[in-house]
Amino acid sequence: MATTKTVSKQRKNFVRQIWIQSALIVMSIFFMLPLLWMIVTAIKPLDETMKSPPVWIPSKFQWDNFWSAFSYNSKDLGYIPFLVYGRNTLYVTCLAVIGSVVSNSLVAYSFARIPWKGREWLFGITLATMMVPGPVLMVPVYALFKEFGWIGTFRPLWVPSFFGSAFNIFLLRQFLRTIPLELSEAAKLDGASEWRTFVDVIIPLARPALVVIAVFAFLWAWNDFMGPLLYLTDQQTFTLSMGLQFFQSQHTGTPWNLLMAASLIVVIPVIIVFFFAQKVFIQGIATTGMKS
Amino acid sequence: MKARHDQRMGILFAMPWILGFCIFLAFPLISSLYYSFTNFSILRSPHWIGTSNYQELMRDDVFHTSLKNTLTYAAASVPLATIFAILLAMLLNTKTKGMAFYRTIFYIPSLVPMVALGVLWLWIFNGHYGLLNEGLTKAGLPGPPWLTDPAWSKWTLVIISIWGTGNAMVIYLAGLQDVPQSLYEAAEIDGANAWGKTRHVTIPMISPVMLFNVIMGIIGSMQTFALPYVMFPGGAPARSTYFFSMYLYDTAFSYQRMGYASAMGWIMFGITLVLTLAALKLSAKHVHYEGG
Repeated sequence: MATTKTVSKQRKNFVRQIWIQSALIVMSIFFMLPLLWMIVTAIKPLDETMKSPPVWIPSKFQWDNFWSAFSYNSKDLGYIPFLVYGRNTLYVTCLAVIGSVVSNSLVAYSFARIPWKGREWLFGITLATMMVPGPVLMVPVYALFKEFGWIGTFRPLWVPSFFGSAFNIFLLRQFLRTIPLELSEAAKLDGASEWRTFVDVIIPLARPALVVIAVFAFLWAWNDFMGPLLYLTDQQTFTLSMGLQFFQSQHTGTPWNLLMAASLIVVIPVIIVFFFAQKVFIQGIATTGMKS
Repeated sequence: MKARHDQRMGILFAMPWILGFCIFLAFPLISSLYYSFTNFSILRSPHWIGTSNYQELMRDDVFHTSLKNTLTYAAASVPLATIFAILLAMLLNTKTKGMAFYRTIFYIPSLVPMVALGVLWLWIFNGHYGLLNEGLTKAGLPGPPWLTDPAWSKWTLVIISIWGTGNAMVIYLAGLQDVPQSLYEAAEIDGANAWGKTRHVTIPMISPVMLFNVIMGIIGSMQTFALPYVMFPGGAPARSTYFFSMYLYDTAFSYQRMGYASAMGWIMFGITLVLTLAALKLSAKHVHYEGG
């Protein structure tokens, strides 16, 4: 009797596993098919990019598409300096990541672990600012940067990262609040200053949450389209997300295979960063607990 | 003594954000309110014209179209993306083999830059040689002209927004992992089936996360820009994909009417605020907060 019950339970569990696995596989296909298409197209010869029915296995693997994307000469715009765009993007992204991690950890530390008058009030305002849609600030912030003489430079794209952002402050504060207060108190009894407590005790413990902030900052800066569109004026200072647009041509037809190769060049660093960060990333989001 | 020290330290650590809030948020917000009552361009300093901008907006057909497009898009994409993201998160929260792999796959679409995505989707949705319609035809379904028919172009964007729902999904996943296992066991003892457990345990427990994601979704969809900007220049076909932020951008930077654009920004802010408050109000009865 007992054994038949476990057997039927095992069978039920087995059927359930099959359902879950098939659902996961179907969804994986839904998510991966467009990207797979991107990869396949990136290594195709041009004349196979628009065939009907679609060509999933190219007649030959044209690996030098990647190289051609770097040295592509558009009929409309001339040579597209894709490597220069890569360097520009990297420069802006690195500064934005450093700025976000430094500024948000300082501010979140103040909100989570130092009792001071006006703190809850300022935190309330901080949360409320998340409701301000970006486009409202488009004109006045542009006017501000123009006043600073920063139009056409990279500064509008990374300087604001050094001043914190509401969402990141919120995320990090939630995490820092889960660290027992006794740890700070013990450090202070040993004579550590507020700064030493922050650097030596809290920061090492906050690593997963800091990875989340860094990954978000990286994604945001690397993929940012509107910022460069607004503030960069010289073609030599453009970023990758803008450079991609130049492959599309109204007049001579788009070289789809090169465009997809170029897109992959833009996407691959992002996937690599996520791959290495993903374990800490998911753990970090899970422990921040988006509640309350 | 300690209180004074804490006060000083608290403000000092929060200083980046206090400055950032004043320079990049409060000041621009106030100046944009002022600009909205002026005639103003990059070349000309603002001069006061009263409420003319707002009056003109009431009569502006393009403004009405862009507002209607944006609200329709938000009304379709926010609920669909919410349901989809919760289902995916529940799927990713089951115990089965290869979960780390699936989680990465499901999240990867959110990593791809909007511009690269835009051109990829343009191609997949293409009515003549697009991958999607090739597939539909094979399945015996005539695919609609996704990109060129005003009735379908918005749906194209909605489908894409569902595909890129990874960020909300990860946050839901974190919320699901916080639900205590004991609650499910208690429900099982009470004889609840899978649906009962979802309805009476899962949904109430993740309702704060849902509220957060829905509000972020409303704010995000109200300012959709990069994807339609890349996929549908000028909001083609027949302005059916001309969104609020695209019109705002064009008004400010192509037509050089920054005062008029600021007035649009404030209307957008007002609508976002009303929708957010409505979401908070409507949910007040249903959102369950664990321990306050």
